[in-house]
Amino acid sequence: METVIHIKNLTKHFGKVVAVNDVSLTIEPGSFLTLLGPSGCGKTTLLRCVAGLEDPDGGQIYIGDKLVFSYPQGISLPPGQRNLGLVFQSYALWPHMTVYKNMTFALEVQKLPKDEMNKRVRESLAEVQMEGYADRYPREMSGGQQQRIALARMLAYRPKVFLMDEPLSNLDARLRMDMRAELKRLHYVAKATTIYVTHDQVEALTMSSKIAVMKEGVLQQLDTPDVVYHYPANLFVADFIGNPKVNLLDGAVDGAGTVDLGEFRMAVDTRDATGEVVVAVRPEDVTISTKPVPGAVEFAAYSVLPSGADSTIVARVGELEITVKEQGISKINMDDRIWLTFNPQALNLYDKKSGNLIIPKS
Amino acid sequence: MSTLTAPQPLSLRTLASSRRFFRWLTSTRVVLSLIMLVLMFFMVVIPVYRMVATTLTYQRHDLTQVPGAVIGEPTLYHYIRMLTGVLGKIYLYIPLQHSLTIAIGATVLALLIGGSLAWLVVRTDMPGRRLVNILAVIPYIMPSWTLAQAWLVFFKNRLSGGSPGVFEYLVGQAPPDWLSYGPVPIILCSALHYYTFFFLFVSAALLSIDSNLEEAGELAGASRQRILRKITFPLVLPAILSGFIMTFSKVLGTFGGPNILGTPVRYYVVATMIRGSMGVGDKADALVLSVVLVVFSMAIVGLNQRLIGTRKSYETIGGRGFVAQLSKLGKPKTLVMIGVIVFQILVIVVPLGLLVYSTFMLRDGNYSLSNLSLQHWIGPRGTIYNNGEPGVLLNPKIYKTAWNSIRLSLWTGFFTALLGILLGYAIVKGRGTRLSKLVEQLAFIPYVIPGIAFGAVYIAMFSRKLGPMPALYGTFALLVIVSVAKHIPYSSRSGVSAMMQVGRELEEAGQIAGASTWRRFRRIIFPLTSGGFVAGFLLTFITTMRELSLIILLVTPQTEVLASQTMFYTENGNGQMANCVILILIALVAVGYLIISRFRGGSLKKGLGM
Repeated sequence: METVIHIKNLTKHFGKVVAVNDVSLTIEPGSFLTLLGPSGCGKTTLLRCVAGLEDPDGGQIYIGDKLVFSYPQGISLPPGQRNLGLVFQSYALWPHMTVYKNMTFALEVQKLPKDEMNKRVRESLAEVQMEGYADRYPREMSGGQQQRIALARMLAYRPKVFLMDEPLSNLDARLRMDMRAELKRLHYVAKATTIYVTHDQVEALTMSSKIAVMKEGVLQQLDTPDVVYHYPANLFVADFIGNPKVNLLDGAVDGAGTVDLGEFRMAVDTRDATGEVVVAVRPEDVTISTKPVPGAVEFAAYSVLPSGADSTIVARVGELEITVKEQGISKINMDDRIWLTFNPQALNLYDKKSGNLIIPKS
Repeated sequence: MSTLTAPQPLSLRTLASSRRFFRWLTSTRVVLSLIMLVLMFFMVVIPVYRMVATTLTYQRHDLTQVPGAVIGEPTLYHYIRMLTGVLGKIYLYIPLQHSLTIAIGATVLALLIGGSLAWLVVRTDMPGRRLVNILAVIPYIMPSWTLAQAWLVFFKNRLSGGSPGVFEYLVGQAPPDWLSYGPVPIILCSALHYYTFFFLFVSAALLSIDSNLEEAGELAGASRQRILRKITFPLVLPAILSGFIMTFSKVLGTFGGPNILGTPVRYYVVATMIRGSMGVGDKADALVLSVVLVVFSMAIVGLNQRLIGTRKSYETIGGRGFVAQLSKLGKPKTLVMIGVIVFQILVIVVPLGLLVYSTFMLRDGNYSLSNLSLQHWIGPRGTIYNNGEPGVLLNPKIYKTAWNSIRLSLWTGFFTALLGILLGYAIVKGRGTRLSKLVEQLAFIPYVIPGIAFGAVYIAMFSRKLGPMPALYGTFALLVIVSVAKHIPYSSRSGVSAMMQVGRELEEAGQIAGASTWRRFRRIIFPLTSGGFVAGFLLTFITTMRELSLIILLVTPQTEVLASQTMFYTENGNGQMANCVILILIALVAVGYLIISRFRGGSLKKGLGM
């Protein structure tokens, strides 16, 4: 039942622009893969290629053991034969059909018997908690309800693969939180292999088994949310993931285990690094103190931004600016003297030239 | 699974690329595009080619005048004949001068009337704006030569050998020739018909202007005058230019008005000249004149695109309905309203009244009450009136003609609307591809070919057998084909805008669901564009019903339609019968229009592709 997806060397041009550039990845059976990246990075195009809505100009795609697309062999199955469901960003509910008709459209194509159709509609509506809406027209429902119907429409024809193209981006912040939980649960129950496109890194971190970060059509990193968050493969991924943003500090390796950052030196653990590097420090990995602590560096509080559960403090020393995250409402005032301690184990070092992570010895 | 880095044998690569090509070729949009290209090739490209080819070869008619000429041999004879010397002056230069005078005069006047009305309705606090808005479209619904007919009833003098008009009856003195016939009345009547273009274009543009833009000007301390000149006017300029080319090209190719008001005093325009040459069998000469018309029309369109090409970015008409601040007209606003409404009554009610009255006069020119009669409507056959024809309501010929008009309009409406949806699909789904651009550009060609020239082109093409196609001249089918072909630019534009409103994801969701092309069309595309389809159908119905210039050269006694029938009655001196027929025509069009305005989403604007 569970289906693996192989994407090999997939390439897609639009005119001269390379939307997807030689992307290869495997999506494990039943897993939840998120394609993450800024707009225009090719994530939606990649998804549409898998769906069969775009014809790539290079590479192959397998869904299960079925070859659905192969450029070298000139094969491309139409979307309907790929056994997948897609939730569109705009939901794409047919405005002239009721919810029931929307949901049975694909089932009619499959020529299912009437009572089977009714059963599927009933079950799918129950799964998204929209029982009793079968006779509504799309415009008679709110955005959140339409979203659920779009999901139910996909569930009704029981595809082996779920594809979702930024399905939550049109919802307001609160509804989005609720729907995340629902979607995750839905995937947990259905166990269908899922590809999910989003530009929202929080969404990616909370929902995925694996995240594929893309930039300008190129796959940057494919790994679990944990690894992608703690060991971003390069500066782009490091900068894209995390809120508030990671601190990226230019420095030079200076003897064994220390980096000279200009204003101060930082211990960096055991790594084979030389020359120019960039140190990446997550704001929550910095400990803040209002009194001098051994090993801490003195900063001034440039701006203090409390936001309920935590506070963000922008600290400065000379030209150097560091963002720090602290639990609770901060007691620090602007221009206070503060002392920051950096955890050598939580740092990442990047080669300044290539932008790639320098792997710690462990 | 094998890796694919190893080079493939050649045979496999050819197989793969032929599979890819086949898939491209059989995709819905490509198949549709190709069908559309073939259709347009036959309906537009070949006719235009044949037109040019005919002007560049010897024709049978030339044998008597050019010794040693061989039919079909290439020659510049027709161009030399028509473009130089005394013949050139008589056949081309003077009529062309007249055509341009009329086109420019009518367009400018129409702009002034339509533009001011639009501004008054959209941007001022004039009372009665809704009424003015409704009345403004009516002249356009009437056939373009209605006003000319009415003008004749009122202003004619005995020059045309007929009876005196109402003016002479009332004043006791015949109106001067310049007032009865020639450029002045032609320009006036054309302008009063075509100002609707400007009214619709400009009011749509004015409606779409974000009033913030004007308010920003106001905050900057500019006077109302200055804002109107420096902000509002440049913003509606593209709309004005669009209206300009549309009107100019229409007037240039218009036949009815100049034939009624020009021909009696030998004030010929290119359109009437073309018909004259066709009439005496000089097809090539007529086609040379048509080529000249097309060239002028193309020049105007080209000029327009150069002028607004780069600024088209703001030509989009959002229809978001900004709440604009209305200009205060102050005290005289009621006066302005009265003026506008009186004007509209003058151009709608009075002409129609004159036409109606004239149909009840037994003898033309006798205005006494004892002369009133129903002879022209329900008179018996075989009287001394109207060459013995019975009144129009008892006249089987008229019923046949009316039926021809109706079925011509029904077929044309149906095919035009269908073509619109298919063209829209082919163009929108292929956005950005060369194929889509080609389809769009080909669809634009009939736009630059004035009506009468288009008819002439079709004579050149279909008067004899062509490949598998029989000679279509004289058939009803030819009228349908030419009407559909002439409507292609409008149908493609409205088809594109209808298709744009159907988000592409709606069809893709159908693809994902595994629905075939036909099922997607039937269940998704057609239902979602049916509003546009019906609106396009009804609009084409009424425009075809009152089209004259396009078909005047192509009708035969068997395929006579109401529009051409009025013209033949007028030319034979049966002015009152002509007026009866035109009233029947207006009644039919009015019914069509009433249905349109009932229909949700249907409006004249949509049909113009706005």
